[in-house]
Amino acid sequence: MSANLTALAYLIASVLFIMALRGLSSPESSRSGNVYGMIGMAIALVTTVINPNVVSYEWILGALVVGGAIGTLIARRIAMTDMPQLVAAFHSLVGLAAVLVAAAAFYNPAAYGIAGADGLLKLASRIEMGIGVVIGAVTFSGSIIAFGKLQGVVTGNPITFTGQHALNAALGAVIVLLVVLFAIGPDPQWFWAMTAIAFILGFLLIIPIGGADMPVIVSMLNSYSGWAAAGIGFTLENTALIITGALVGSSGAILSYIMCKAMNRSFISVLLGGFGGDTAVSATRSDKPVKAGSAEDAAFIMKNASSVIIVPGYGMAVAQAQHSVREMGDMLKGHGVKVTYAIHPVAGRMPGHMNVLLAEANVSYDEVFELDEINSDFSNTDVAFVIGANDVTNPAAHEPNSPIAGMPILDVERARTCLFVKRSLSPGYAGIDNELFYADNTMMLFADAKKMVEDIVKAL
Amino acid sequence: MDVANSIDPFIYRLAIFVLAIFVGYYVVWSVTAALHTPLMSVTNAISSVIIVGALIAAGPVDMSFSKILGIVAIGLAAVNIFGGFLVTQRMLAMYKKKQ
Repeated sequence: MSANLTALAYLIASVLFIMALRGLSSPESSRSGNVYGMIGMAIALVTTVINPNVVSYEWILGALVVGGAIGTLIARRIAMTDMPQLVAAFHSLVGLAAVLVAAAAFYNPAAYGIAGADGLLKLASRIEMGIGVVIGAVTFSGSIIAFGKLQGVVTGNPITFTGQHALNAALGAVIVLLVVLFAIGPDPQWFWAMTAIAFILGFLLIIPIGGADMPVIVSMLNSYSGWAAAGIGFTLENTALIITGALVGSSGAILSYIMCKAMNRSFISVLLGGFGGDTAVSATRSDKPVKAGSAEDAAFIMKNASSVIIVPGYGMAVAQAQHSVREMGDMLKGHGVKVTYAIHPVAGRMPGHMNVLLAEANVSYDEVFELDEINSDFSNTDVAFVIGANDVTNPAAHEPNSPIAGMPILDVERARTCLFVKRSLSPGYAGIDNELFYADNTMMLFADAKKMVEDIVKAL
Repeated sequence: MDVANSIDPFIYRLAIFVLAIFVGYYVVWSVTAALHTPLMSVTNAISSVIIVGALIAAGPVDMSFSKILGIVAIGLAAVNIFGGFLVTQRMLAMYKKKQ
């Protein structure tokens, strides 16, 4: 296959990738979009394998079969509640693959046709490779930590120490210096030094970030994995990689932006970390009286309502309560109640986390609404049923001095009755009390989310 | 053509890169918020197109350090490609509208 035909095949693959993303504009078109993506990947693979430089197939086939089998197994077995961890783990693999490919190209530039007259990597390729490998290494180790935090292997609380930011800045400066040294003289020691320090920086960047900020971080690492691929694409002079890297990079960047905006925090403040763990510590607990209710009370209130909006949060995912919630919704509909779902952009641990869980539980997607679409409906709704969410409903966001000031919230307090399913009165990750718990029209349902919903279903 | 007037191929690649960022920007803004999780898993899968670099490294007959790195990278990227596309497919199959 001539170089021109190869380049054209890569172009077709890239267009198919764009169509895969385009398909996600609606659930109907998304399924065919995913097929376009698979076809694009198959074209890219076949085109490369029939390249005249690729002559030995045993190991390639072996690695493809082993990797493919592991990937298939994971994709079939993974629980939907574990999607955030899985995505983080996948990001780390992209990062590591980028580093390995860069190293392979560094040791054998001739195979890629990017060697200079002296047989070493060309200067421009060295700069591109330096950038690509550093981003890849940061993506790898950062994603490992993100995975650990989401899986619960590493504490979800921020890990901070004095001089943390200064240390990170210093490591960043050292990396820049090493990239320059590598560009001047492509010595393996510079290559491995910059890779190693980038690995360390990746760990250090993510450890101070609290569990609830993970939607931003997972999106950011998604973006990094794209930029790493693009960087390697420049080194290898491969347009499919450059285009795909740019698509993925901008996709992750947009998601990070959406997540930051939904918390009214700047990207920098999230990145600096130290905010919000899984269990917040310094809460000023109010000692106002609370109205607590039973499953029977909740069932009675909702059965007699004409409309109920269900507001799910991370707690629903932890309790795996999505199926019971859908069952409750169906029974309420049987009683003639209008049931809809309201989703805050940062509910859960990754963008769209709640939507996937509700889809898994067989909730029709036209009953599920985003913050902007549904927020004005709370004022003429009888019951807001909040399950496992807290900060995203906290009216403290309207107060200028609150840690969550300016964060867009779901106005559940405007509903005639507010039902909160929670284990206790503990504050959310922002570490602030939610005054809604003490409001006259709020009834607290203290229990495990799944147990409570099952009891409500029984009482209905 | 003399050297001073020819365009470095790098510039072409840079142009492709910049235009692809714009394409990505507009395409991703049109993705519905309900599908943000599948968006992440599918971008994961397609960014594993980095496997093309690994295939070239693993291509020569003779075993070398470069070839070993390529083989390992193929394995990692294959986990991502198969896992990413299939888990996306599994998720997308769940988004249903009931009448």
